[in-house]
Amino acid sequence: MIVLYSYWLSSCSWRIRFALCLKGIPYEYKAVDLVKGEQFSPEFEKLNPLHCVPVLADDHVVVSDSYAIFLYLEEKYTQKPLLPVDPQIRALNLQIASMINSSIQPYHMISALKDMEKMFGAETKQWAQYKIDKGFLALEKLLKDVAGKYATGEHIYMADVFLAPQIMQAVNRFDIDMSKYPTLRRLSETYKGLAEFYASSPQSQPDACISQ
Amino acid sequence: MASDNKKLKLYSYWRSSCSFRVRIALNLKGLKYDYIPVNLLKGEQSHPEFLKLNPVGFVPVLVDGDLVLADSLAIIMYLDDKYPQHPLLPSDIHKRAINFQATHIVSSSIQPLQNISFLNYIGEKVSPDEKLPWVQSVLRKGFTALEKLLKDHTGRYAMGDEIFLADVFLAPQLHAAFTRFNIPMNEFPIMSRLHETYNATPAFQEALPQNQPDAVH
Repeated sequence: MIVLYSYWLSSCSWRIRFALCLKGIPYEYKAVDLVKGEQFSPEFEKLNPLHCVPVLADDHVVVSDSYAIFLYLEEKYTQKPLLPVDPQIRALNLQIASMINSSIQPYHMISALKDMEKMFGAETKQWAQYKIDKGFLALEKLLKDVAGKYATGEHIYMADVFLAPQIMQAVNRFDIDMSKYPTLRRLSETYKGLAEFYASSPQSQPDACISQ
Repeated sequence: MASDNKKLKLYSYWRSSCSFRVRIALNLKGLKYDYIPVNLLKGEQSHPEFLKLNPVGFVPVLVDGDLVLADSLAIIMYLDDKYPQHPLLPSDIHKRAINFQATHIVSSSIQPLQNISFLNYIGEKVSPDEKLPWVQSVLRKGFTALEKLLKDHTGRYAMGDEIFLADVFLAPQLHAAFTRFNIPMNEFPIMSRLHETYNATPAFQEALPQNQPDAVH
């Protein structure tokens, strides 16, 4: 059975939990308590030398990084595809997911913010909000003419899998005002109506509320 | 192959490592393209004409006929699907996953935390003297992880003796680290060796910042 190393509050872990639920793939949940520093244990370092969650173990294959894990799952488990065949919409999904993974999330990752605070005592919440707003503005412009029921049309795809946890994180932890992003806000309401989104959300995880 | 009037166009900035990645991929695949410079220091990425083309306002941007695509990873994966010569991913699914992992250590854990916008923020909010120590700490963290990830996979290149996606992302990052941010080569033996190999490989050499039409010397 697939093993997923995850932290309940990690939006990157949420993406993979969401993908696994959408594809109907059962998995064993192994909690990594980021607050207690379990990501720095020697055993976890063997799994991921960058000390981040999520990590997926599938037989002898170990994959870290949510984008890499997502593409691995998509290739190996072809039920309920989460990438379209059409090259342009496929490219758009890869673009949206990559923008979130590389141009938004890194700027509010707890470890990066802690490093900034440690190195120069910077006020990091405002910086995180600024970068999230910048990223959301770009996504709003990109999606407003292509979104249907979901981000890139009528089917749920990779863009949605990455977007859904990102929006929730932005609202719950960084107080982002979603009224500025009507398309993103509408999509978020759609995601909240999905059983798979609820099942994969932080509060539904075995390690929820253990440490805060 | 694209005919001249449907030639690929790449909006790029000479020093942007994300643009550098796409230039490498295009060169590896032998794809000709029109180079359209976007001067990030002058803020040309925020000009109305550029935003009309690409509302996201980042470089690089690829135009292929009707398709307009931003984000270096999305562009490179699109190119790899459409122009299969010199494939950038190995056939083994696990090795593909390691390629993506290495790629993302660069694109999510290193590059965003040391790009122009981040460094400007540190310079303004903290002090210009803190920029270099910060960048070096980010680079060291990422390279330490990459040394561990790749040690059982490297050959002449990152993932063996052929060039793959990991190399396309590593080369620009290593170039910046060793030539601009004073990371000592001997700290990271695999990274140093790969850096020297890329410097001797034509597709990478031609993509170097200093060899671009908008380079300032």
